Amino acid sequence: MGKAFAVVLTIITTVSVAIFVSRHWWFPEVASAHGGAMDHQFVETFVGAAIGFILAQLGLAAFAWKYGERKGETRPIRIFPGGAKWLVVLALVYVGSEIILLEFVGQKVWAAMYFTPPAAGSLQVQVLAGQFAFYFRYPGPDGKFGPIHTSKIDETRGNFFGINPSDPGSKDDIVTVDLAVPVNKPVELLLNSKDMGHGFYVPELRIQQDIVPGMEIPLHFTPTKIGRYNIACNQLCGLGHHTMRAFLEVMPEEDYQKWIVEQASLQ
Amino acid sequence: MANMPMEVQQHHHTAPTGFIRKYIFSLDHKVIGKQYYFLAIVSVFIGMVLSWLVRIHLVWPAVHIWGLGAFSPAGAPGGVISPEYYLSLLTIHGTLMVFFVLTTAPQAGFGNYALPIQIGAEDMAFPTLNMLSFWVTFLALCALVSTLFVEDGPPISGWTAYPPLSAVGSIAGPGQGMGQNLWAVSIALFCIGSLLGALNFITTTIDLRCKGMTLMRMPVTCWAWLITAILSLLSFAVLFAACVLLILDRNAGTSFFLPSGLLVNGQLQNHSGGSPLLWQHLFWFFGHPEVYIAIVPGFGVISHVLSVFSRKPVLGYKVIVACLLAIGFLSFTVWGHHMFLSGMSPYSGFLFSIPTLIITIPATIVSLLWLGTVFGGRLRFTTCMMFALGFVSVFVTGGLGGMFLAQPSLDIFLHGTYFVVGHFHMVMGVAAIFGMFAGTYFWFPKMFGRMMNERLGKIHFWITFVGVYCIFMPMHFIGLEGMPRRYSSFVNDLMQPLMPVHTFMTIAALITGASQFIFFFNLFWSMYKGPKATENPWESTTLEWTVPSPPPFDNFGGKHPVVYHDAYEYGDVQNGKDYVMQTDPAGQPASS
Repeated sequence: MGKAFAVVLTIITTVSVAIFVSRHWWFPEVASAHGGAMDHQFVETFVGAAIGFILAQLGLAAFAWKYGERKGETRPIRIFPGGAKWLVVLALVYVGSEIILLEFVGQKVWAAMYFTPPAAGSLQVQVLAGQFAFYFRYPGPDGKFGPIHTSKIDETRGNFFGINPSDPGSKDDIVTVDLAVPVNKPVELLLNSKDMGHGFYVPELRIQQDIVPGMEIPLHFTPTKIGRYNIACNQLCGLGHHTMRAFLEVMPEEDYQKWIVEQASLQ
Repeated sequence: MANMPMEVQQHHHTAPTGFIRKYIFSLDHKVIGKQYYFLAIVSVFIGMVLSWLVRIHLVWPAVHIWGLGAFSPAGAPGGVISPEYYLSLLTIHGTLMVFFVLTTAPQAGFGNYALPIQIGAEDMAFPTLNMLSFWVTFLALCALVSTLFVEDGPPISGWTAYPPLSAVGSIAGPGQGMGQNLWAVSIALFCIGSLLGALNFITTTIDLRCKGMTLMRMPVTCWAWLITAILSLLSFAVLFAACVLLILDRNAGTSFFLPSGLLVNGQLQNHSGGSPLLWQHLFWFFGHPEVYIAIVPGFGVISHVLSVFSRKPVLGYKVIVACLLAIGFLSFTVWGHHMFLSGMSPYSGFLFSIPTLIITIPATIVSLLWLGTVFGGRLRFTTCMMFALGFVSVFVTGGLGGMFLAQPSLDIFLHGTYFVVGHFHMVMGVAAIFGMFAGTYFWFPKMFGRMMNERLGKIHFWITFVGVYCIFMPMHFIGLEGMPRRYSSFVNDLMQPLMPVHTFMTIAALITGASQFIFFFNLFWSMYKGPKATENPWESTTLEWTVPSPPPFDNFGGKHPVVYHDAYEYGDVQNGKDYVMQTDPAGQPASS
């Protein structure tokens, strides 16, 4: 039975590692400036974890293979060389150095996204999430957003954002159902919710942020690859959660300029 | 304390004779332990069926499920599960499994049954409180299951019940009215039951140890139950408060979790001044220790049975105890890692990731010590041992996933994906359940006086072991692709290339689930038809194996056990035996 366990566990370990290493299922190709560092950090963590995984599983398999008791056997037991001491040292050194590496080197990515302000001149877009759609607002030529009045939201009349037309900051605002941004330009999103907790998740851009009612949460990034990406809600928000989607269009600068003018004319 | 005269330590009560006092409102810790165990069995059965429905809906959304249409005409018209009913099923699956399975059987079930006997006590310190804690927990289960029968169905807000979804009432969606109220009441009751149980465990362990049973002679299981009880005491109190606030927000017009200006379903809500993040902090302040409440009793059982079936002392007993204490302490400092992306200060995210990674050190040490315990032993591959070895494997696998999720920068990608689902199912669900299986196969002879069938047990083990890897390992892979969890379907070609993986996992879940019927059959059949168990079938050293199977009402038949040895003196053969009972006054301590 021990030998069977050893064989099965070795197969499970080999197959699992092989699938990871083959990268058959892997991150989508990165499409943002900070994403590469994140992928790098994942690989670093993966190497550390994989070594631990393989050693622990194969160690377990080897011991199960080797130390099974035969009937009536009186073979003396063997205490692990050095007792618990070396295993404690191993855990402290291996896991400890892994932690230091990941925590103090790898935190750069987190810091770059959250501890540093967005680059000057970032394109600001306000996001309003609600059951079960996203809306986006561009500030228009004045660069200012008027306030959101949830009491004025009226979807039947197209006032998705609760804009009061007499607010001076709101006059030239442009509201859209998809998010378009120019490639290689820094973007800052200001995330708002009118009802539930929602999520804003674009795997290709390696961005994700909860959207919490009562808070305006900023999120900044720089898209680097032209394309059309799913924006998925990733915080359970109700019965239509799985349908809550929008698209992020990363466009060449000139296409974006055309697009925003077109959107302005539709307001 | 251990030297106090026996009369002071133990209170005597006589065995009840009537059916109701003997089996229903029993004060006997052994009966209450079994009651908790069967409560968990009922819950795990319902929870498993719900997980099947969830898995089936994901890959065959149009399939008609026989009987479901009659059971829930609104949620599954014609037997076809609606997207909102999917969320209901998911919510009840999670709540049942986390609270009524993982928190009951390992601690209140086996702990209640075995702790007093293992420390040489006649009963728990407060038998009436013990009875009360079970029946309150039973009421909590009734309240939760009743959500399946109320008009608009169970809540759809997941087991974490984040507000505003959980707090604004039926306007938020189906199940958010009566269903969510019942959910909150159920969890509040569950907290009360757990708090009463925790008090009892702590007092019993501190005060009722028999002569010679010093703390460092206690089996690791007793340490694990003690530490888990302390975690329960500190964390369930907070969850109880959170549930009361949630009930008030829902029904009394308060705004603890609700900010102003909420526009739900076209209606402006009359709330102001609260924060949804407050719930998340309170919930996860409970929620992370809860992970350890589920798994630490498993640590105890696995350390224990690995030693018994390796015929070796636990390697580094003191180190394991120290690690369990460290894990218990650290578990209260890491809750924020559930909230990296919640909108709380990103500086907090940075801080919370440090203890989260540090907690992997004691967890790694314990895992290595298990390997070291197995090394060089004379392994006896009973079904119990197989599950213990399986536990080590799945715990390591699941635990390593935590290395990724502990880092906020990787969480940006992995948060809310199937990677998380795979991780926590493996490390907390499957590992804890393997601990329960090991405990069942180990203590069944003592609990029911009969042996379980080993052949059926092995078949059960093999299908389950391979099965859980087939279900939960692929979840890690599709998580890497960024597949979001809690989606009832992936519409408009989102993630479509990954659907065959889901089909594979669903088939694996159906087969693995079906194999649990082998276990249920073995359990109930052996209870009545299994061969009679001897006093000490596993040649184990601890006190529960010094008394008949099953033990008499007062555990030790009026005798007062005295302990002379550590809990794990296995090893070299002397006088035809390779172990020394803890109560053996003559035996020489084995080399260790």
